[in-house]
Amino acid sequence: MIPRVHRVRERIQEQGDSVTLVIEPTDGEWKPFESGQFNMLWAFGVGEVPISISGDPSEPGRVYHTIHDVGAATHALCSLTPGEELGVRGPFGRPWDVNAAKGRDVVLLAGGIGLAPLRPVVYEMLARRAEFGHIALLVGARTPGDLLFPDELKAWRERGDIQVETTVDRYELGWSGHVGVVTTLMPLVAGDMAQTMGFVCGPEIMMRFGARSLMDRGVSEDDIQVSLERNMQCAVEQCGHCQFGEFFVCSDGPVFRWGRVAPMVGVREL
Amino acid sequence: MRELLVEHPFFADLDSETLDLLAGCARNERIGAGARILHEGDPANSFYAIREGKIALGSYVPGRGFTTVSTIGAGEVLGWSWLFPPYKWHFDAEAREDVSALSLDGACLRAKCDADPKLGYHLSQRFAKVMEARLGITLALLVDIYHS
Amino acid sequence: MTPTADPTQKRPLGGVLSVEGLDALLRQLQDRGYLVIGPIVQDGAVTYEPIASHQDLPRGTGDEQRPGMYRLRRRDDDAFFGYASAPASWKRYLFPARSPLFRAERSEGSIQVDDTPPVQPRYAFVGVRSCELAAIAIQNRVFLDSNHPDSTYAARSKDLFVVAVSCSDPAGTCFCQSMGTGPEAQAMFDLRLTELVGGSEHRFVVTPGSPAGEQVLAAVPHRPATPADVTAATEVTQRAKERMGRSMDVTDVHDLLLRNREHPRWKDVGSRCLACGNCTFACPTCFCSDSEDANELGTGAAVRTRAWASCFGLDYSSMHGGTIRTTIPGRYRQWMTHKLATWFDQFGTSGCAGCGRCITMCPVGIDITEEVKMIQESDRVKTTGEMQ
Repeated sequence: MIPRVHRVRERIQEQGDSVTLVIEPTDGEWKPFESGQFNMLWAFGVGEVPISISGDPSEPGRVYHTIHDVGAATHALCSLTPGEELGVRGPFGRPWDVNAAKGRDVVLLAGGIGLAPLRPVVYEMLARRAEFGHIALLVGARTPGDLLFPDELKAWRERGDIQVETTVDRYELGWSGHVGVVTTLMPLVAGDMAQTMGFVCGPEIMMRFGARSLMDRGVSEDDIQVSLERNMQCAVEQCGHCQFGEFFVCSDGPVFRWGRVAPMVGVREL
Repeated sequence: MRELLVEHPFFADLDSETLDLLAGCARNERIGAGARILHEGDPANSFYAIREGKIALGSYVPGRGFTTVSTIGAGEVLGWSWLFPPYKWHFDAEAREDVSALSLDGACLRAKCDADPKLGYHLSQRFAKVMEARLGITLALLVDIYHS
Repeated sequence: MTPTADPTQKRPLGGVLSVEGLDALLRQLQDRGYLVIGPIVQDGAVTYEPIASHQDLPRGTGDEQRPGMYRLRRRDDDAFFGYASAPASWKRYLFPARSPLFRAERSEGSIQVDDTPPVQPRYAFVGVRSCELAAIAIQNRVFLDSNHPDSTYAARSKDLFVVAVSCSDPAGTCFCQSMGTGPEAQAMFDLRLTELVGGSEHRFVVTPGSPAGEQVLAAVPHRPATPADVTAATEVTQRAKERMGRSMDVTDVHDLLLRNREHPRWKDVGSRCLACGNCTFACPTCFCSDSEDANELGTGAAVRTRAWASCFGLDYSSMHGGTIRTTIPGRYRQWMTHKLATWFDQFGTSGCAGCGRCITMCPVGIDITEEVKMIQESDRVKTTGEMQ
């Protein structure tokens, strides 16, 4: 329950009011993590919030978090500059089941800030490219200015071994990509999806639409992984806040199979 | 022409009699990037089954220029105003990339549908499905699904 | 405290303590370095506080408990443990309402976290009811049988010495018998007392439940129990069972509540519930907490405190995007469904010990046994068409 002190190594201003902090433990004891896990980041004197790890799990020494500046604690974290310190607890939570996608086609569906928790999956799959079939990364954002990691998206697209499609809800002058919610990108993924593994990350409503659009294409609900979000304070299933039915999202999740949570997601206020 | 129709998901699983009827009204088109395909207020005389390329659907807004509402591409269809009076386009559509599409003649189809209710039923069903999907997308847009 | 006493294991028949013997027991515990906590009367209620001798105990005091009502009454005997339960459970000792987690300072941009664990007292609890032991067992599962055992809770409970007292006079809101948690403690105690008041001799039948209990008892003057003492003690428990105020049918309650997440009764109870959170604070098993960060004036140090939280609070389920459970029906459903259903999935046990505090302490008298009954009845109609 005690935060470990980390120092900001690099601060990257991202699009859409977001900042990526690259941090290192001051005691040098870097903890490995799995794609989809999160840390509790503590801004001294302000507060602590759960933030997904957005870096490459195979890059030791540093931890990447992409933080959306939406509240007091996230604002304090986004304001940190290189050399400043923060507290870290974690990593916590059930990761994306990347191995379950071995030998299969993959659709990664990301909405808004939801691309950050999926980025480690992209790194991992590209590093192990031969183990997977077709990989499609479909990214949606509200406006072109909200799209995360545009340079990286471009670089991935140019590799040629991953299909990268981006779309925005609201067209802006100069945007030459798709317009429409992220699910409108689904027809761009060719072929039969009965054997596809889907990874969906974004606000809960986006994941509902996303999971449904995958199922419309024949993906089984148990082959769709989603990452849920709830109020998290302790991250060790003791504070109770993140309960979702019988689950503690901090430990039983945040990644769940859609088939397991779909009936509950439909219940209001659960 | 029949082979091209069969390849497009919009015409999937139609019996050969129906496909023959449709093929009689269809032709293959290539549209260069930047070309205007539909123009608001013009007679709606056809629809397009897109085989390749990206099309932007939107409106011209004075001061803002052409404002894209959605983009559609391969495997999708463009245009349903030809089905309903007064048979006029409500939106503009422009090719964003080189487009290859099957265009189906609306007047020809309407006549065949009137003569053959089974064909009319199949087409109406399929367009209803397209509209249902578009409506769902519009709903998602209104809900603002990235807002968190 | 022995977490899992084997009830089949033969224990000595035990003994009998006089009132003076009870005092000797309390002294013996103090001599062994325990901070002895027991029932006293304070501010019109029985409350568990540090005690020195039998003089502190609520002699001749009983209680009356109904939905939304608690008051003390004068008993017509001199029983020391003649009340049913204290409104505030033992929870506040093992899981305090506020406990410091850490303090951190920052100088020249560098953060130092001080995580020295505070020194915790060794507690001896005197007068623990069977339902309260069940509640402690439930919280042990939450805080100790975890992938991340809670160090504060562990430090406070590891040396706990428990003197249980069999219930003689349950309250109107008690339903431990139907929950299988009382009225007589079967395990988890070091010593168990059954108070025999009236007749010729005010005395306590004492049964050790652990080696530690045997050692303590050996150091306290007592006489062997006679078959008559044992029979009298059994009768106390039998009478208590017959006077249990309430009951809850827990057959199928897990599935019942999960298949009735959408049920008109939630709106009904939600319209009466004030969302005050009393039930959650009074509940001996409710474990939710907030992490509170504050800054010390003057030093600028940052302090994190763990404080009891209630799932009835609007903030409880809030995220930056908004609050999940905006309505009181949604929050009541969360509380009751967690307590009686999803708790099983999480911890392999019910979250309810049947103590009835939530019923007594509810300002509008909401009765969890009644709420279960209402859903049960409509569910029966729905699933079998049977009308009651």
